[in-house]
Amino acid sequence: MDRVSAQLPEAVVERYVDRTGGAWAVIHADHLPKVAAFLKNDPELQFKLFGSIDAVDRLHLAESDPRFEVVYFLYSLKRHEHVRLKVRVSENQPVVPTLTPLFKGANWWERLTWDFYGIRFDGHPDLRRILLYEEFQGHPLRKDYALRDRQPLIPERPIKDIFRGPGTSGLS
Amino acid sequence: MSDHGKPTDHAPNPDTDAYAHESELEAHLQTKRMVINMGPSHPATHGTVRLKVELEGETIIKIDPEIGFLHRGFQKSCENVTWTQCLPYTDRLNYISAMMNNFGFLNAVEKLIGLEIPERAQYIRVIGSELHRLTDHLTCVGATGLEMGGFQPFLLGLEFRELLHDRTAELTGARLTTSFGRVGGINRDLPEGWIEKVRKTLDRGEELITEMDALLTRNRIFVDRTKGTGIINAEDAIDFGYTGPALRACGVDYDIRKTKPYWVYDRFDFDIPVGEHGDNYDRYLVRLEEMRQSIRILRQAMDTIPAGPIIVDDWRIALPPKPEVYGTIEGVMSHFKLVMEGIQVPPGEVYDSTEASNGELGWYIVSDGRGRPYKVHVRAPGFPVLAAVPHIIEGKMLADLIPTFDTINMIGGEVEQ
Repeated sequence: MDRVSAQLPEAVVERYVDRTGGAWAVIHADHLPKVAAFLKNDPELQFKLFGSIDAVDRLHLAESDPRFEVVYFLYSLKRHEHVRLKVRVSENQPVVPTLTPLFKGANWWERLTWDFYGIRFDGHPDLRRILLYEEFQGHPLRKDYALRDRQPLIPERPIKDIFRGPGTSGLS
Repeated sequence: MSDHGKPTDHAPNPDTDAYAHESELEAHLQTKRMVINMGPSHPATHGTVRLKVELEGETIIKIDPEIGFLHRGFQKSCENVTWTQCLPYTDRLNYISAMMNNFGFLNAVEKLIGLEIPERAQYIRVIGSELHRLTDHLTCVGATGLEMGGFQPFLLGLEFRELLHDRTAELTGARLTTSFGRVGGINRDLPEGWIEKVRKTLDRGEELITEMDALLTRNRIFVDRTKGTGIINAEDAIDFGYTGPALRACGVDYDIRKTKPYWVYDRFDFDIPVGEHGDNYDRYLVRLEEMRQSIRILRQAMDTIPAGPIIVDDWRIALPPKPEVYGTIEGVMSHFKLVMEGIQVPPGEVYDSTEASNGELGWYIVSDGRGRPYKVHVRAPGFPVLAAVPHIIEGKMLADLIPTFDTINMIGGEVEQ
């Protein structure tokens, strides 16, 4: 991380260490591909093993602006450690540059993040929903998406006890 | 195929290229592109994956895995229940090795709290994990044998797996969905005489594994179908985020149990098998050897397991002992608060990973301090593995798809959350 700050000082917004000792860096969205490329290709670092991508909707957290945080985990087989990156994006413009040219594994994780949070990845070759179906409206892991807001493709049989188990959204 | 058969470095010559072949048998058949649909419920797609396969003859031109049929809203569900109530959801991620998911999740939560669990609990977690690593690999190897046309290896694998399920049921009360362990340790101790039973099971299991090995490893049909098919090189595998046996089959020596030992893995003597070619056969061999290493770990763990408490003595995290609940007001209060409000995990975030049977099972957990997870991200090892299937199989034969799909051992539950 020190090397990233030294190499690309304009890219790093903030750095901190979480309670368990994990080092984090908040990266400016525009500079993300550059930082990832540096982490991957620097002979000292070699963060080549692709971990995962996901997002956090900070709507109900104390610090909620900008609303979304996209998190990236990479692993270095040389240094035997993870690197944790964060990119903050606002609700109005949830766009992050894609990492697919750099990591093949980013493809599906970015689709997952798009599917569940509605964060668009600029330059992604095939940004479709991955787990949900194309007809689905909205992005279910956003905090303002109701837990029981169901969108069945085939009508569900209404079940009287709607508190638990399958059934309609409880409105009808 | 006529377009593909022609050499392109000179102008096409109808007398030599497409029309006149030395033998009629060598001539390319006229084929046309065909899209077939494999799954969602196909015997060879374990779980429910739909594969849209575009074929030309028997060659796969394009493949598009469509996943999500088992999506259950794992993350959303976890965000709306207490930390302990998440545990049954984690069972259903990798339902073949549920205990590893349980313990992986608990490990991450304990890390977020900053909690050290008792030594005996750590041993029990290692034992449980390795038992379920065995069941997972047995299912994978057995099913691979089955789909290559050999029924016997599958039955042998299932016999051992049944024995292990019986031991699991004695330990946890359930065969598959164990929900075993609690934040801070383990919820029940090993039953009496259980260790002896496990030893007997392992003795029988070793025989069964040897028999599976003898039936498959040098079997001509099996070797022909698996050797040299489904190859992924180490560089691509890393790029896709392969971990676990699939990565080790490519020759990359990465196992979290060795590189960043958690619980008491550093006390045991075991080897990490590493393959060479990254093909189906190597993945199969790596799994076979890992089972033997798991048995080694289990034997050592059972020999050296210390006595002592199995859960932390902190009533804010673990339920108080029953006599305290019934006898003292403090006990009742702690019990009530834990059940009604859940464990109060302090605000913060953590990324932590353990080595599950298919690779790195990573958890990114955010807590806002309100007694419920704010975010539970799971990095399922099967997800990147499945993501690479188009890369592996495009341009290969349709028949290679089945062994490849077997040996990568994608589990629908964890991939589709």
